[in-house]
Amino acid sequence: MSPFLFWIFAGLMLVFGAGVVLNRNPVASALSLVVSFLGLAALFMSLDAYFIGIIQVLVYAGAVMVLFLFIIMLLDLRAEKLRKINWLASAGGIAVAVALSVQILYVIGNFRFSQQPFPPLARSTVDDVHHVGSLLFENYNLPFQIIGVLVLVATIGVVVLSKRELR
Amino acid sequence: MDYFLITTSLLKILGILFVIILPMVSYTIYAERRVSAFIQDRVGPNRVGPAGLFQPVADIAKLLFKEDFSPRNANTFYYWLAPCLALIPAIVTFAVVPFGSTLFGVPMVIADINVGILFVFAIASLGVYGIVLGGWASNSKYPFLGGVRSSSQMISYELSLGLAVIPIFLVVGQLRLTDVVRYQIDHGWMIAPFLGDWTNPAKWLLAIPMLVSFVVFSVAIFAETNRLPFDLPEAEQELAGGYNTEYSSMKFGLFFLGEYAAMITGSAIVVTLFFGAWHLPIPSWHGGFHWALIDGSGDGWRGILGGLFNIATFFAKVAVLLFVFIWVRWTLPRFRYDQLMRLGWVFFFEIALVNIFITAIILAYYPA
Amino acid sequence: MIREYLPVLLQIIVAVGFAAAVLIVSVIVGKSGRRTRVKDTAYECGMVPQGEAQPRFGVKFYLVAMLFILFDLEIVFMYPWAVVYKETIGHSTLILWSMLSFISILMVGYVYALKKGALDWKK
Repeated sequence: MSPFLFWIFAGLMLVFGAGVVLNRNPVASALSLVVSFLGLAALFMSLDAYFIGIIQVLVYAGAVMVLFLFIIMLLDLRAEKLRKINWLASAGGIAVAVALSVQILYVIGNFRFSQQPFPPLARSTVDDVHHVGSLLFENYNLPFQIIGVLVLVATIGVVVLSKRELR
Repeated sequence: MDYFLITTSLLKILGILFVIILPMVSYTIYAERRVSAFIQDRVGPNRVGPAGLFQPVADIAKLLFKEDFSPRNANTFYYWLAPCLALIPAIVTFAVVPFGSTLFGVPMVIADINVGILFVFAIASLGVYGIVLGGWASNSKYPFLGGVRSSSQMISYELSLGLAVIPIFLVVGQLRLTDVVRYQIDHGWMIAPFLGDWTNPAKWLLAIPMLVSFVVFSVAIFAETNRLPFDLPEAEQELAGGYNTEYSSMKFGLFFLGEYAAMITGSAIVVTLFFGAWHLPIPSWHGGFHWALIDGSGDGWRGILGGLFNIATFFAKVAVLLFVFIWVRWTLPRFRYDQLMRLGWVFFFEIALVNIFITAIILAYYPA
Repeated sequence: MIREYLPVLLQIIVAVGFAAAVLIVSVIVGKSGRRTRVKDTAYECGMVPQGEAQPRFGVKFYLVAMLFILFDLEIVFMYPWAVVYKETIGHSTLILWSMLSFISILMVGYVYALKKGALDWKK
């Protein structure tokens, strides 16, 4: 992908990511997150991870965010009222954020590998879905089964949590 | 930059949108009204032009010149956004559908991507937002209930949709839709094993799960596009039209367009997966019986005519399926909501899952 | 391979542009009428609107959305499986059994949800 498109999608993600936090209307926040996910999917695809990119759209943008919208509507969340800003707390928060970024920049600056240019990524000739499939079923069979157990626990959790409504 | 790729893609995109999808939507609506009228022993629209053939033009003009009204207590921005979100996924999904072989040496598919079918599902799953937002932003009861019902129904049937087609990809081994078409040209259509290497008994055995797949997938498409017998979200008699009740003029038009475009895209996917897309085998005798293939690979006029013939074949198949959509609408009564959910979550979900493993076992112990 | 995705981007741009253009044309050429208070009220078959515009809806819808995510994950895992199945099944049937066991684990949850009536809308 040309750098031009990279900057467009990265910018899109950052702008809408900020939109998630800054919007007062929860529906607007949720939709910003969807757009941000779409940008993320495009970035995945630019790294030749087509499968992950499309799954990002299918599962996150198409399923998880629909659930978020449902919850927002179920709880009938209205736009937040403009609150009085607690200056002391915000100053503290900003100070922590600045300290953290300075720390990260310092570490990156002194990290040996960060000063070398990245070697060009090898373009894979195998279809990435094939790649995921063969890895998953040859090398990572046990983790795959464990994912199954994880999803099972989640399923039971969902049913138990909403049990008061059920019989 | 790749100017050739960009130019040909743009030509294909604009061609598909303005020469095929839009006229097809208009005439599907016309056909729906005429066929419904025929089934109910009425006449239907027959005033504008010969046999009412210019009715769609009149309808579009009417929608455009209507007052563009948005109710004051609606949430304006989302009220405007929702119809667009309902239409865009239906158009974008068409990008991966191979609607023809080649024309002037250019493959007749807008984007031949390696995750083909997943792209279709991913983009189609975004169609929920248009409906849910339309219902929510209208700030009115019927649209809200319609939107919630509709989105719940759509996500439920997305499961059957996703599971139903896995047998095909077990057999083909590629997610790219052009590979599915290529496979069907070589080995016969998925549900018509006699069209390819019909002497192979494994093909006939595999045709059974394919048929099950086809039924589950088509029914799920009906539910996804909110058509009768699954049209609860818009049930005229109880929800006064559902999520688009508060919409008028072209915003309503976009919802309508999106719904019919989704029907066309859905039919196109069914045709691609089960009916060999643009492939039409011609029986021929050249020292023994075999199926001849027409495509756009010939020189000069032959190639161009072949390519155009393939595109025509594809959309003729789509048109037949669209007719089935209309026919079913006036044949079956509407389901109750609990029946609909039970059908999707219990009946089709289980059938599709079992179907996958039957296919897998056939492939494992009886390889073609 | 990324070249193949360029037309998708173009298609998205064209689709967005088309939707926007239709709405703009409709605003420009559409007739603008008077606003009245009655015209602004929500449509409830000609009656005066009653109660809240966005009534609470059942927890069932929310439950269905949650279960959908979980089973959607399962389907997502089946696609890479389907793609490599035919070339792998030749040397070992492990791939069939591992998917069968994965699905059986998930089906425990499915049967539990079914028995608890999570998918029963009749009640």
